[in-house]
Amino acid sequence: MGSNWLYPYLEKIICLGKGVPVEIRTPFPFFLPLQFLSYQILKIMTSLLTHCIRKIPMHFMLVIFMILMTSINLKAQTDLKSKNAELNEKCLKCHGQSKYKYVNPESGSEVTKRMYIETIIDRNLFAESNHKNFKCIDCHSEDYDTFPHPGRLRMELKYTCIDCHGGDEVTAKYKFEEIEKEFQASVHSTKHSDDFNCWMCHDPHTYKINARSHEKITDVVAYDNAICLNCHANISNYQMLTDKVNPNIIQKHEWLPNQALHFKNVRCIECHARPNDSILVPHNIQPKAKAVRRCVECHSTNSILMATLYKYKVKEGRSKAGFYNGVIMNEGYVIGANRNYYLGLLSLIMFGCVAAGILIHASLRILKRKK
Amino acid sequence: MSQKIYLYPLWIRLWHALNAILIILLIICGISMQYSDPANPFIRFDIAVKIHNISGIILTANYFVFLIGTFITPNGKYYKLTFKDLPSRLIKQFTYYTFGIFKHEKVPFPVTKESKFNPLQQFTYVIAMFIMVPIVIITGWALLYPEIILTNVFGASGLKLTDFLHVIIGFFVSFFMFIHIYFCTIGATFLSNFKSMITGFHETH
Repeated sequence: MGSNWLYPYLEKIICLGKGVPVEIRTPFPFFLPLQFLSYQILKIMTSLLTHCIRKIPMHFMLVIFMILMTSINLKAQTDLKSKNAELNEKCLKCHGQSKYKYVNPESGSEVTKRMYIETIIDRNLFAESNHKNFKCIDCHSEDYDTFPHPGRLRMELKYTCIDCHGGDEVTAKYKFEEIEKEFQASVHSTKHSDDFNCWMCHDPHTYKINARSHEKITDVVAYDNAICLNCHANISNYQMLTDKVNPNIIQKHEWLPNQALHFKNVRCIECHARPNDSILVPHNIQPKAKAVRRCVECHSTNSILMATLYKYKVKEGRSKAGFYNGVIMNEGYVIGANRNYYLGLLSLIMFGCVAAGILIHASLRILKRKK
Repeated sequence: MSQKIYLYPLWIRLWHALNAILIILLIICGISMQYSDPANPFIRFDIAVKIHNISGIILTANYFVFLIGTFITPNGKYYKLTFKDLPSRLIKQFTYYTFGIFKHEKVPFPVTKESKFNPLQQFTYVIAMFIMVPIVIITGWALLYPEIILTNVFGASGLKLTDFLHVIIGFFVSFFMFIHIYFCTIGATFLSNFKSMITGFHETH
């Protein structure tokens, strides 16, 4: 069976890189009649609703619509307030949109120019990001306050994570030093020039830690996978770093059973990074040959999935008495890993009893057989 | 002197043979997956999953063959449980299997054209075919498409419950299967019941 239907899924997952959770559905042909039925019911309900709405005076409906829009707008505005929003607005006035305007002192006329896409900062995503309370000039030069910006600022050295977070007591629990060490050992560092830095995957203007902010593991998985796919499923981004042809993710993973299910529920790094349960997210991305290919490494009681995401996600069920991998089972279904200690023990005892019963019965039959 | 009765028409023999092969495959692969261990792989995990899935799908189709056959042919009458004196009949048969058989007593419920199964057989077959197998089939299909399972059932994970049910009933189907195959050796001779599965003739003893 071809996996072409997966492409829309991949496209959606790339959209998720912008932080908007999108529900991804896989096609299930047996549900088509059900879908048809629900569509018909919805159609009838809509027509009934339309009939009712026609009876309501137009101005009344307009008032309700205005109230609704105002409340939504108010909510959006309050949500997006961050500590230095006003100060940052000086920059975002231009960099927060796709065009900017200035007055040409020579001609005295106003000029509108398109903003270079990589320098556009999405206000909403910034306001939700981990760095939302920073001022632009905390990381960028104050000299940007003049326009046109001085040319030498193009050479401005950018900070990496470790420049601020290295030795930082507030973020010590995230072990940035260990992450840095892992990254240095990973193929992302060893196979690329110094151009490959933290920002390739974690845009400081939008990145937010997910494991604790998202309720559902599948949302965390989608967000994290979007980071990888941003280059590995996007030829123009991929070729910024290498001259190689971007491998087709779907074809390369054709061997993987239930590909869509795996992509939705498992992060790329679970198989492509060396497990390290001392940090939140392993960063030592391994060469292709070292990627996990044996199913049983996840589908067993000592599943490697336990080392990362699931470990932090849920604390319960890790005792020997409950599910071996209760944490995995809490939201996912991982065959082979979903074992319960008592059930395992009981099943073995019962298998033993059945075998013993048959053996005793058979022996007695042989002993008491007609001579 | 043994007597031969034609009890098993061709469709039942074919259905039974296919059912037996599939259930045995499902049990072997199921056990391999349930106790999966990277250090001691019994059957390679992905192969076990594939065989289990394919066998399960064919078993579903075969189960419908059984259902249709049971309802449209006279075979259905053997599955009609009569509850009158059921406990005492079950005990009588159970006592025969645990004591009488060793004393070479006569079978309490001889096989006839009208009653193919003894009470204990009938009771366990009804439970196996109309309760246990449908449950493993339904939960099995649900686990093939885990995205359709209710994520939450009374505060517990729907996936956990479905999986639990599939595994537990799977264990019982396995116990049934082991005992069923062993009891097959209790015939006129050690192999006579196995021969019946091919010829269709039951040899009474």
